[in-house]
Amino acid sequence: MFRMVEIFIGSILDHNIALAYILGMCPLIAISTNLKNAKGMGLAVVFVVTLTGLINYPIYLLLKATDSTHLALLVFITTIAATVQFLEMFLDKFFPKLYNAFGIFLPLITVNCVVLGVSLFFVNREYNFGETAAFSFGASVGWMVAIVLLAGVREQMAKRSDVPRGLAGKGIAFIILGILSLAFVGFSGLANIG
Amino acid sequence: MNWIRLKYTKPFNIMREGLSRNNPIVISVLGICSALAITNRVENAIAMGIGVTFVIMGSSAMVSLIRQFIPSRVRMVTYMVIISSFVIAFQMILAAFFPLIEEELGAYVGLIITNCIVMGRSEAFAVKNPVKYTVVDGLANGIGYTYVLVLISSIREILAFGTILGFRVLPEAFPVWTVMTIAPGGFFVLGLLIWIIRELSKNFEYQN
Repeated sequence: MFRMVEIFIGSILDHNIALAYILGMCPLIAISTNLKNAKGMGLAVVFVVTLTGLINYPIYLLLKATDSTHLALLVFITTIAATVQFLEMFLDKFFPKLYNAFGIFLPLITVNCVVLGVSLFFVNREYNFGETAAFSFGASVGWMVAIVLLAGVREQMAKRSDVPRGLAGKGIAFIILGILSLAFVGFSGLANIG
Repeated sequence: MNWIRLKYTKPFNIMREGLSRNNPIVISVLGICSALAITNRVENAIAMGIGVTFVIMGSSAMVSLIRQFIPSRVRMVTYMVIISSFVIAFQMILAAFFPLIEEELGAYVGLIITNCIVMGRSEAFAVKNPVKYTVVDGLANGIGYTYVLVLISSIREILAFGTILGFRVLPEAFPVWTVMTIAPGGFFVLGLLIWIIRELSKNFEYQN
């Protein structure tokens, strides 16, 4: 139990998947111009990453038992694409309100590296089921924290500051990310999740 | 004379798009994860660049070959399966011949699958064009990706270790910049690189 808490906290702060491992950058840069969309995308990622982490773990055990782990990549990405597609249809049918809120973000998640990254990391680190659950949830919450922080800063900057022309837009987003990431370096050594 | 004629051919234009005008990293800002995560050493950047070039060329050519048979509803999943087959092939080659680099890159080799450039070229170019142009386009984007990666990693490796590809270029007395070995260094270098390139080419994101 303590180990699960350690992994959860560590993967949000110390080993933040966006700011320390630099995963999921494309949507992080593209959708962080306004805070509301950033929250929507963050929630959708938390949902999908946690779900696919839990689905991929037993599948990996199956692959291991049949000695075909070299196919892990192919199987993981197919599972992820299928889960996202299924989730889209399921939400559309039973929770139309939620579907309208997530709407455009869901299909984009298949190509978010965080989803595949989480599945590859739990393989590399040899987690058990409980640790995988804590890690999937923690990593996605960490990603959400990063996109919400970035969107907040960018939204305020767009209103108040005078950014050089060449740096406006994506350029300045990287500088902000650099500073955020530097701040998160302050958490290093908090938890050992390796 | 030949040079002038070359300037108007389609492959030349495709090459120029990928290498400079629409460079996947500094202009379109795609595929950033690997561009920042593994560029603290030049050799990793070269290995990653070769891998991505191989995967883009292979998967785009394959998508282009079967483009008439892919139903548009399931095209994303089809690309995914094709791309991941090429990534698995590259991972096996790397593990067999360069196990040290494979260990260093770790999960990031597998993450080539979700590299937006690969998917983007399949969706934006390969499904609409014949194989010969697709291969040129894949090569152009791959090289455009690789040289930016090598540039970023050279800056980071020089400042962080004082070396390039393991050879010492700065004196031992130079104080190393530890920040360049970790994530923030990558963000700062790429941000400044985008600034310099946009300023030089007068190609701004917002035109006023």
